[in-house]
Amino acid sequence: MIEQTTKDASTFVSQVDGAFVFIFGISILFLVGITAFMVYYILKYRKSKNAEATHIEGSNTLEIIWTVIPTILVLSMFYYGWSGWKSQTEIPDDAIPIKTIARMWSFTFQYENGLITDTLYVPKDQAVKLDLVALDVLHSLYIPAFRVKQDMVPGKKTDIWFESEKEGEYEIFCAEYCGLRHSYMTSTVKVIPLIDFEKMTQIDSTALVNNNTVVDARQAGISVTRKYGCNACHTADGSKLVGPSYKNILGRSRVVIQDDEEIEVIADEDYIRRSIYEPNIEVVKGYEKGLMLSYKDQVTEEEFMQLMDYFKYLSGQ
Amino acid sequence: MSEHKHKSFREENGSYKGVFAWIFSTDHKRIGLLYLYAIVSFFLIGVLLGALMKLELMAPGKTVIDPATYNAIFTLHGVIMIFLVVVPGLPAVFGNFLLPIMIGAKDVAFPKLNLLSWWIYVFGAIIALSSLFMGGGPPDTGWTFYAPYAFKTNTNMLPAVLGAFILGFSSILTGINFIVTIHRLRAPGMTWFKMPLFPWTLYGTGWIQILATPIVGITLLMIVGERVLNIGFFDPALGGDPILYQHLFWIYSHPAVYIMILPAMGAISEIIPTFANKSIFGYKAIVISTLAIAFVGYFVWGHHMFTSGMSGTALYTFSLLTFLVAIPSAIKVFNWVGTLHKASIQLETPFFWAASFLFVFMIGGLSGLALGALATNVHLHDTAFVVAHFHFIVFGGVGFAFMGAIHYWFPKIWGRMYNSKLATSGWIIFFIGFCTLYLPMFFLGVTGMPRRYYDYVEKFHGPNIVSTIGSWVLILGLIIIIYNLIRSAYKGEKADKNPWGGRTLEWTVDSPPTLENFDEIPVVNRSPYDYRKNLES
Repeated sequence: MIEQTTKDASTFVSQVDGAFVFIFGISILFLVGITAFMVYYILKYRKSKNAEATHIEGSNTLEIIWTVIPTILVLSMFYYGWSGWKSQTEIPDDAIPIKTIARMWSFTFQYENGLITDTLYVPKDQAVKLDLVALDVLHSLYIPAFRVKQDMVPGKKTDIWFESEKEGEYEIFCAEYCGLRHSYMTSTVKVIPLIDFEKMTQIDSTALVNNNTVVDARQAGISVTRKYGCNACHTADGSKLVGPSYKNILGRSRVVIQDDEEIEVIADEDYIRRSIYEPNIEVVKGYEKGLMLSYKDQVTEEEFMQLMDYFKYLSGQ
Repeated sequence: MSEHKHKSFREENGSYKGVFAWIFSTDHKRIGLLYLYAIVSFFLIGVLLGALMKLELMAPGKTVIDPATYNAIFTLHGVIMIFLVVVPGLPAVFGNFLLPIMIGAKDVAFPKLNLLSWWIYVFGAIIALSSLFMGGGPPDTGWTFYAPYAFKTNTNMLPAVLGAFILGFSSILTGINFIVTIHRLRAPGMTWFKMPLFPWTLYGTGWIQILATPIVGITLLMIVGERVLNIGFFDPALGGDPILYQHLFWIYSHPAVYIMILPAMGAISEIIPTFANKSIFGYKAIVISTLAIAFVGYFVWGHHMFTSGMSGTALYTFSLLTFLVAIPSAIKVFNWVGTLHKASIQLETPFFWAASFLFVFMIGGLSGLALGALATNVHLHDTAFVVAHFHFIVFGGVGFAFMGAIHYWFPKIWGRMYNSKLATSGWIIFFIGFCTLYLPMFFLGVTGMPRRYYDYVEKFHGPNIVSTIGSWVLILGLIIIIYNLIRSAYKGEKADKNPWGGRTLEWTVDSPPTLENFDEIPVVNRSPYDYRKNLES
């Protein structure tokens, strides 16, 4: 259940919201005040009420007053904005690092023990630092409830930190436009007790994905697709997204484009392996080249076999 | 002889016939109208694309179009509205038509160059729009063309950028033309501080056009170098830096916002004193703030990039400068409202547009404060709040000023009056539609809805419905306004020289003006907004 933000969703919320209240407060005051003046003048000095205008060219006193007052106000807004933001740049030394990887169109999170999840798990009352890596184009990690956002730039390391003081689930959005399925590039951050987080990230992770106990081979395969964000582009029900569906994939013949030539291949185990590790050599006809990146050195042999079991199931084998 | 002299510019065809008498005319008034017809056509296309986006966003999931179409539509909407409509906008239409008349000149300094600017504009527009129909389909990158996505996509991004590059030349040439015209062709006696405020804003705009626009050219050359010669400027795969692209893009595109808004402020500064029957309050303060905006406006581009990964020093420097640029805009608002004090206000359609301009421009400007402050920007950046903010400035500010200007100068341009009641009802419907369309987007942004979203979670549904309904109301208002103006251009009552009692020079010439505007170049010996009765003669 996604929750609304509260003051203790992250330690930044009260500072940022304080700046919001200050800036919006003054802004609304000015908007209402000036509009009221304007409407009052229009009613009072309309031609039917005031046939003769008074000749006034200006007033230096007023010009000075309405230059100085806004200057003081905007400088104080600058200060509020700056002081509320400064703490976001001061990462505590004991912050737990979590490597965050963005690609079109999924986020994955890797913890210190190598565990990878598609949902971000963070401990309560403990600073967390996300090391942000973008593999293809610009993305931006945005957690509205925490008041944090940072662009993820390919070829450049960026980071972001926060500390949540309340257990719960909050939305993660990609805020920087990244192509076709930008608005589907979402995830969830789950704030859990520190003890659970330690349990999760300190034991050997290979048998544990997404906090689910592995029950059968099919479940393992599903977990692998979720772990690597495959489902952002591929479905299990036969419908077409950016990439082909897994349904009935095995043993079918399909037309692929290789070096600008159409060839017919049978989708066997070897083909699936090539499609995951070198996805841009043979591209299924009707799909765009270059959208999928190689998962070499990421998807392990064991995970690949789990995927195969899953695909066999989806292909009725 | 005198018969010939008083033929209006609309009848004076020169040596060409029919449409050629317009598209080959070097008369600044005909060129202004050529821009008007082109810009209004592009604007209507942009409005349709915008309405389609709003329709799609009325409900989560697919409503009418698929995500690929949606992404192409918001890109085209941005490219058309920014590069083809709002940047040329007021300077090209009203600047061309009115600048020479307002400063007492027969034409701009370089009439042939002026015609060339229009042709370059049309050529650039064709190139930009050709991306729709050629190759891999319309670009789907957003009008900002951010690297590296824009360089990876298989759609037609290059023609759109090339179009922007060519349009840039049109903009530079118009800027040069206006600056020289203002320096050299002011009527005898019209010192700098006796010049009306609309020409003043065109002067500030001209400098921005000349100094900022070449950056687009440099950027385009770098893109071509990267795509053709594989030199890594922006693409990290080649060793480039995507943030460098953002810097270059905003070094032009931020000052471009001031290219858009300054002439709008100029038009408002003309309308308000005329309908207040009173000298503008703080003429010099408005002039100085115009120049201050033009100058400081160059140094604030970084506020588009607060979450991009720029250094901390750059962040607070740009934040501080952004707050400084707010001050001259505030000064203008105070002076405009101050003008109404002890005035004698004629409640006519152009004044309603000007007064509502003040309201929407204040919302646009004040919402910019929350975007200029670092802590709040981080939360709001790339959300619907930003979309609402710049639509309040660019569509609210520039759009309302354009509407005010066309209703103000309509009798001068066409020599006829429009139906005032219909014009006022068009205004009120448009105004209500505008607020209904964009105010909910502030709320959406504050609650966290990112921009450029095809689909959204359920909690964003309510405000999106309201916003979509607003778009229909706005379009209804627009239809009434356009119907009224087109009809009146043919069938309206004949207007005399000075239907509103304006004091600037354009109200001393015929409606519509003759080819050379003035029979005799006037001598100016008073301030442009002196409404005292004893001066009338």
